[in-house]
Amino acid sequence: MRKHITLILAGLLSLVLAACGGQAQQSPTTAPAQPATTAPDQPTAAPASPEPTAAPAATAAPAGGTPAQPAAGGQIERILARGTLICGVNNNPLPGFATVDAAGVYRGFDIDFCRAVAAALFDDPNKIEFRPLSAQERFTALQTGEIDVLIRNSTWTLGRDGNLGLDWAPTTFYDGQGMMVRKDSGIETLEDMDGATICVQTGTTTELNLADQFRARGLTFTPVVFPDGDSTRAAYDAGQCDGFTTDKSGLISSLTLLSNPADHKILEVTMSKEPLGPAVRQGDAQWFDAVRWIVFATFQAEEYGITSQNVNDFLNSDVPEIRRFLGIEGDLAKGIGLSNDFAVRIIRHVGNYAEIYDRNLGPDTPFNLPRGLNALYTEGGLLYSPPFR
Amino acid sequence: MAAGSPPLPSGKVTIPFYRDTRIIAIIVQVVFAIAVAALLWYLYSNMMNGLRQANLLPTFAFLSVPAGFPIAESVIPYDPSMTYGRAFVVGILNTVRVAGIGIVLATILGLILGIARLSDNWLLRNVALVYVEIVRNVPLLLQLIFWFSLTRLFPRIQESIDIGGLLYLHNRGVTLAWPQAANDFDAWMLWVYGGIVVGVIYYVIRRIQFARRDRPGVALPQAFLIAVGMAVIGFFTTYFVYGAWPVSLSIPELQRFNFVGGVTVTNSFAALLVGLVIYTAVFIGEIVRSGILAVSKGQREAARALGLTPGQTMRLVILPQALRVIIPPLTSQYLNLTKNSSLAVAIAYPDLFYVASTINNQTGQAVPVILMLMASYLSVSLLTSLFMNWYNRRIQLVER
Repeated sequence: MRKHITLILAGLLSLVLAACGGQAQQSPTTAPAQPATTAPDQPTAAPASPEPTAAPAATAAPAGGTPAQPAAGGQIERILARGTLICGVNNNPLPGFATVDAAGVYRGFDIDFCRAVAAALFDDPNKIEFRPLSAQERFTALQTGEIDVLIRNSTWTLGRDGNLGLDWAPTTFYDGQGMMVRKDSGIETLEDMDGATICVQTGTTTELNLADQFRARGLTFTPVVFPDGDSTRAAYDAGQCDGFTTDKSGLISSLTLLSNPADHKILEVTMSKEPLGPAVRQGDAQWFDAVRWIVFATFQAEEYGITSQNVNDFLNSDVPEIRRFLGIEGDLAKGIGLSNDFAVRIIRHVGNYAEIYDRNLGPDTPFNLPRGLNALYTEGGLLYSPPFR
Repeated sequence: MAAGSPPLPSGKVTIPFYRDTRIIAIIVQVVFAIAVAALLWYLYSNMMNGLRQANLLPTFAFLSVPAGFPIAESVIPYDPSMTYGRAFVVGILNTVRVAGIGIVLATILGLILGIARLSDNWLLRNVALVYVEIVRNVPLLLQLIFWFSLTRLFPRIQESIDIGGLLYLHNRGVTLAWPQAANDFDAWMLWVYGGIVVGVIYYVIRRIQFARRDRPGVALPQAFLIAVGMAVIGFFTTYFVYGAWPVSLSIPELQRFNFVGGVTVTNSFAALLVGLVIYTAVFIGEIVRSGILAVSKGQREAARALGLTPGQTMRLVILPQALRVIIPPLTSQYLNLTKNSSLAVAIAYPDLFYVASTINNQTGQAVPVILMLMASYLSVSLLTSLFMNWYNRRIQLVER
C-alpha cells in the first residue's frame, strides 16, 4: 500500500510539473521558430525569413513603417511570427462588450480593443484568434501564456496586479458594481435585501465586493455562485435568486437577455469601483507598453478629433503633434516595439475611442449608455492620454 | 566438444562486470533512477523559473489570509472574514458530505437494481434494463445539468408548494421542518448516552459468552434494541419530569426572501446527490448482478431444497457469497462517485473543487492549491479504499 501511495504521488507530481513547466519555456530563442507557417496568409509579407532571429515585424509592415526592434521579452516578436494575436475574451455573450453575431463574427467593446491591438501589430484587425474564457479561467490563461492579452471586462485591483503576476493597461471602461432585482420585489436599496439570495459569478471582484458590502452593512445573504455568466443569469431569471449582481454595464447588457426585461430593474446603488481594462502577463515590459499605448492612442485620436472617416485628411496635417501621433514625423513607436504608424492603423481599422464606444454602447444601440466617467478629461470624464512625444 | 575449439582454461572463469547480467541489471536501474530524478528536477526547476519570472512563487502563506468570498452552504460555521484555509476545509467537508450520503444511497439503489435485473418478473426486469441502459449511456455532467434544470420548474419561493405546513418545495430547494434541541435536551442526552453504554456492554458480554461456548450467536439487534429503548424511555421521562419535550420541531416560516427555521436542502445539493446516486447506482447494480450470477446455481438449488424462501435464499445464501465478488469493483465505484462529485461546480454546489478553484483564482497560487486539491482527493479516496480493503478481507472465505 505504502509503495503504491508513493508511486501515485510521484506520478501526479510529475504531471503537475510537466503541466506547469510548459509555460516557462519562453526564452526568446525558441519563440520565432514558426514564421513560415504564417507567411502564406499574408499577401504583403516578404518570403518567410530563413533566419529565425530576424525581426519578423518587418514582414508585417506593409505601410512602410519602421521595422520593430527585437527587445527583451520578445512577446511582440512571438505574436508577429505567429501571425495572429490571441486575445482572451468573455466566453458568455455579454452584448455590447463581447458577443458573437448571427454571422459568427465577434462584436463588442472589448472585442474592438482586441481588434485595435491586432490592427496596430498587423495592420489587419482580423488577424486575431479569440479565446473565450470564463471568469475563473482567464487569469490562469494569461499567466501560462495561452493568450497574449486579456480583454474581458476584468477589473484592475491591487491584489490582482500584485499577486497574480499581471499588469493592467489603462482602463477602457470605468464601471461600478450594481444589483438587479425584480420590480415586484419592492426592493429599493441594499438594506431592503437582508436575508436575500443573490446570484453571482465566481472568480470575480463582484463576488468579493458583495460579501464586503453586505458585511459592512450588517446584512446577511445567501450566495448562489456559478462558474459562468450564462448560468448565473439563467438562475436569476428563473427566480432562484432575489438579486443578481455584477458590473452595471454587465447588468444592462444582461437585461436584454432576460426572458422579460420589463420586470426587472437595476438599483441606484453602486457598490464598488470597477475599472475594466486589458491585462497582460507581467515580465515583458515592452509588450505591456505596447498595449498601454494602443489604448492611449484611441483616447488621443478622439481628443484630436481623428476618426476612421477623416484619418486620411490628417495625414497631410502640418500640426507637429498630430504628425508625431500619426507617425509621420519621428520614430516614437520604435521604443515600444510597434510600427511607427500604429495609431493610423488603429484609427483606420477600428476608430477612435468615441467610435468604439458609440458603435457598441452608444445611442444607436439598445443600451444607450451615457458616457459618464468614460468621457475625455476635457468633457468631465477620466480618459486622459499622456502626450505622444 | 567440436574439434578445434580452444582448450578450456584450467583456472576459474572470470566474467567481465559489463557482461554480468546481475551487475548490468543494477547499473541499468541506477541509471534509470538518475534519469527520472533528473527529469523531475528539470521539470521542477523549469516550473520554479517560470513562476519566478511571473512573480508567482508558490507559498502557502495565503492559507491564513481572510478569504473574503462567501460560500453558499457549509457544514461548519463559515463567513467571508475567515481564512482561505477554513474555506478549503469547508470545501472538503461539502465533498465528503455529498459523497458519503451518495455512497449509502447509491449502494441501496444499486442493490435493488441488481436484484431487479435478475427478477423473474418480466416488467421489473425490463424496467431495470431500460433504466440501466439510459443512465449508463448519458454523460454524468449532462445528467447533473438535467436534474438541476428540473429544479427550475418548481415555483418561486413565494409560491412554494406547501405540504402540510411542514414541507415546502420551491425552485431553491426543499425546506422541511426539522427537530431541534429544546431546553431539556441535555437531560435527554444523558439517557441516550446511557443507552449506548448499556448496549455496548451487553454486546461485549454476549460476544464473550459466544466465544467461550464456541457457538455462533446474534447479539447486535438486541444491543441496538436496548440502546433505542433507553433513549425512548428517557424521552418520555424527560417530558414527565420537566413538563416539556426535549426536542422541538422547528417549523419553516416564509420571511420576505427565504424560509427561516427548518432545514433547507438546496437545489444544487439535491440535484448533485440525485445525479450521482442515479448514475453510480447503475454501475453498482451491474456489479451486484454479476456477483449474484457468480454464485453457482447449486447453491441456490440447495437452499431451495432446504426449504428456504426465495427471499431467505437471497439474503442468507446468495448475497453473502456474492459479496466476495462484489466488493473490489464496488470500491472503485465508490471512488468514482467521490471524484465525480467535482462536477458540482457546474450546478453551483460549493464542493472542494469549486472552493479550490475560487481560492486559486483569488490568490493566483495555482501550484499550492492544485497540490492541496490532489492531496485531498487522494486522501479521501485512499481512506475509502483502505476501509473497503479491510472489509473485503473480512468477508473473504475463511479457509479452515
